[in-house]
Amino acid sequence: MSEATMEISLSVNGEQVARTVPVRQHLVDFLRTEMGLTGSHLGCEHGVCGACSVRVDGAVVRGCLMLAVQADGAEVVTVEGLTQTGEVADLQENFVNRNAMQCGYCTPGMLITASELLRDPKPVTRAEIRDHLSGNFCRCTGYHAIVDAVEMTLNKRLEEG
Amino acid sequence: MNKESPAPILDRPNSYVGRTLSRDAAKRAVAGRGRYTDDINPARTLHAAFVRSPYGHAKILSVDVEEAKQQPGVALVMTGAELAEMCTGPWVGTLTCFDGMKSAPQYPMAVDRACWQGEPLVMVVASSRAAAEDAAEFVMIEYEELPVVIDKETALDPDTPAIHPDLGDNLAFEKTIETGDVDKAVAEADIVIEDTFTFGRHTAVSLEPRALLAEYDPGTERLTIHTSSQCPHMVQAVFARTLGLPEHNVRIVAPDVGGSFGLKIHTFGDEIATIAASVKLARPVKFIADRLESFATDIHARENRVRGRIAVTKDGKITSMDIDIRSGAGAYSQYPRTSVFEANQILNITGGPYAHENYRASTQVVYLNKVPTSQYRAVGHPIGNSVGESLVDQAAAACGIDPMEFRRRNVMHDDSYPRIGAAGIEMRDMSHQQCLETLVERMNYDALREEQEEFRKKGVQRGIGIAAFIKGTAPGPSGYYGAGGAPIATQDACTVKLEPAGGVICMVGVTDQGQGVDTVMGQITAATLGVPIESVRVIEGDTDAVPYGGGTYASRATAIGGEATYQAALKLRAEILEIAGVLLQAAPETLDIVEGHVVDKGDTVSRISLAEIGRIGHFQVFELPNHVQPTLSATHRFRLRDALYIFTNGIQGAYVEVDIDTGFLKLLNHWVVEDCGRVINPQLADEQVRGGCVQGLGGALYEECVYDAAGQLQNATLADYLTPMAGEMPDIEVAHIQTHTGVSELGAKGVGESGTGAAPAVVMNAVNDALRPFGGKISSQPMSPETILKALGKV
Ligand code: FES
Ligand code: FES
Repeated sequence: MSEATMEISLSVNGEQVARTVPVRQHLVDFLRTEMGLTGSHLGCEHGVCGACSVRVDGAVVRGCLMLAVQADGAEVVTVEGLTQTGEVADLQENFVNRNAMQCGYCTPGMLITASELLRDPKPVTRAEIRDHLSGNFCRCTGYHAIVDAVEMTLNKRLEEG
Repeated sequence: MNKESPAPILDRPNSYVGRTLSRDAAKRAVAGRGRYTDDINPARTLHAAFVRSPYGHAKILSVDVEEAKQQPGVALVMTGAELAEMCTGPWVGTLTCFDGMKSAPQYPMAVDRACWQGEPLVMVVASSRAAAEDAAEFVMIEYEELPVVIDKETALDPDTPAIHPDLGDNLAFEKTIETGDVDKAVAEADIVIEDTFTFGRHTAVSLEPRALLAEYDPGTERLTIHTSSQCPHMVQAVFARTLGLPEHNVRIVAPDVGGSFGLKIHTFGDEIATIAASVKLARPVKFIADRLESFATDIHARENRVRGRIAVTKDGKITSMDIDIRSGAGAYSQYPRTSVFEANQILNITGGPYAHENYRASTQVVYLNKVPTSQYRAVGHPIGNSVGESLVDQAAAACGIDPMEFRRRNVMHDDSYPRIGAAGIEMRDMSHQQCLETLVERMNYDALREEQEEFRKKGVQRGIGIAAFIKGTAPGPSGYYGAGGAPIATQDACTVKLEPAGGVICMVGVTDQGQGVDTVMGQITAATLGVPIESVRVIEGDTDAVPYGGGTYASRATAIGGEATYQAALKLRAEILEIAGVLLQAAPETLDIVEGHVVDKGDTVSRISLAEIGRIGHFQVFELPNHVQPTLSATHRFRLRDALYIFTNGIQGAYVEVDIDTGFLKLLNHWVVEDCGRVINPQLADEQVRGGCVQGLGGALYEECVYDAAGQLQNATLADYLTPMAGEMPDIEVAHIQTHTGVSELGAKGVGESGTGAAPAVVMNAVNDALRPFGGKISSQPMSPETILKALGKV
């Protein structure tokens, strides 16, 4: 029984790529194994932990719940791409300075999720930041530092207009 | 409180010690450049998947792997019996320090009987994990189901079958300790409170699951293993001994580790199997546990029932406490750290902050057809503290005394150390009184009580909780692992080297899983040597590079590894000054090192740089007289001498709101005041406490591995095993009291488990404080809305 495959072509972090992938391969396995983009992590592979969060056509999705073939024609952005464009450089700096991660395994997913709040910044409360992040599991930090880092970044962006 | 510091060099102005510095690992993590075990992919890597027992207890009648072997991409199918042949013998998870303890022999994969659902039976190794899983479907196993033992309360009943008939019964271990005379104290007490507490089974849920990549080279017979581990040297010993390989030929590398929490101090059968496959196939073989496997095979913990009793005088003096623990282990005692530490720790620390002199604690640890249990963050402390602190609260209420005041009257006094605690263990350098008064201030306690009253009038039910605690950190060799005969180092070591260009390499046996252990060791090295932090590089997590050590467990990294680092840096510093003295024709004691330069003491003008000393010491050695042979490298090992642990202490406060109609709970505020001795990096210490608290809160409120009567784990997904998420968790305010431990010159105690140890106690007390006017009381965790409504008699 040979494995069913399909050809896909998509943009990954701004680069156009074409690959033949097993139809059952999920997007993060594709990114990690085919593209060598190991910044996206797998914590559950059933859609709960958010470690696999990536941006597909501008929306944050759980990369473990989407098949690679479903990303055919899409624009995918991972934490590596986000780093490259500098879109969240301020958030990343605040994460480092505020020590908003310990093991760092949840961090790429957190950054991608938090980036949604920053794209069109509006004043939000800490409780709203917490709610926004509540689909991303972090076992290490207890979240307080992450909320601080997001809040600091957001406030700075609002201040600077 | 602190006398003259024995480490004045660390107390200099602008010292790197006591300062918040960011972590290098954080800079990689935010860019997605962390390097975890599964990110490493050598050419020709194969992947392992396992057939695991679908039953809680079953005899294996036959195993047929022929069809599985024919599946696409399959390189190897190995049964439990085949793996057993490659092993030097079964594991037996006992330690000689636990008198009378027994455990059944256990092979890495079951040979003829599966004893818990999830136990590995057959390994399939294939070109991809997907191919291995596909092929695993073709492994045919015939089982005969056997009766399961699931309930710890009936596990010792005469009509309950013994899981391992050779052991005679299901008792793993029992122990009683007694100090003073509890019966007399109870008979003479004005008030005696009794309660029974139950605690659900938890598991660590590190976000990165267990992961291992084994690469065997048949030519050199060398084995390189990358694995997500806290204890590289310990796993080296266990892997090598189990498979009969020379230990020095096994290299363990722990790359970035995605959370550990005690889970990753352990070794597992599927890991041995993966290594065996690499040896057999002479190819890299990788095993990454998926989440289901994690729930069904990672160690579990915390399943305990504790009966507790406290005796007090009517003016609020505790005269005795006694507890009886029934601890539910799994099917085997976890090798080599055992499954009895948890009960033993409950027995050591319950009521630990208080000055009563009568204490009795007994425990029975029993085997169950469930996942083996073992050490998980703050071993035993969440349970001991919940029991002790709930009893204290109930006693305070019975006496009509405010719970803070009640504790004030009973904690061990700050000027009373060293002393023997109620459990008969030596305590020193503690600060219960100072922590308590700091908490009162931080919480604004009296005002908070008034606010609570105001809300009550409006029909809003808020509760205030307090929980004092002690925490055993950094175990010494005279205690369990050392005296018990385990291949686990309780000492730790550091080698510090001056490189030719003036850079400093610091190699430590303790490891980092995100706590910032490497940053902390770098800070200690830089402060001690007098070099800029940028010139120090810390290496950890590689048995080929670092001196032999125990790794990171039991909050020992800074307490033990930090002292080793401090002493090693002092030695190197002395040598550098010695060489500088020769070159500068000056007495070494008149010299100092500041910012990487040797200076005259009290001055800042460079007389020679460390780069110069490095150059001469490594390359132009002829510039030194013959009798001076530079080493420019120093190693120091540190261990506790007689102490069992370095005990830390602290106190937590919680403010919660309970919706008495729905049972929903809102965590409003959380405070921690703790004493970890010298704080090296305040931010990192704070974050250990915060993360630890939330882990404790998760256990207290949501987490539980639920088994049905047939021994089937009911909730082995992250959707069903609830963990704390950002939305429900509070901000946590942290303060440190710094009573240096006298057992080292550095003075640091452990900090990593202080949050976890008492958070369940404080939130339970807060909830009960809110329920008290309604006559409701909770004595079981997790405290779900349903538990709360039951306590209120509403369901
Ligand atoms: S790995 Fe996708 S949500 Fe957990
Ligand atoms: S930092 Fe470890 S899971 Fe978030």
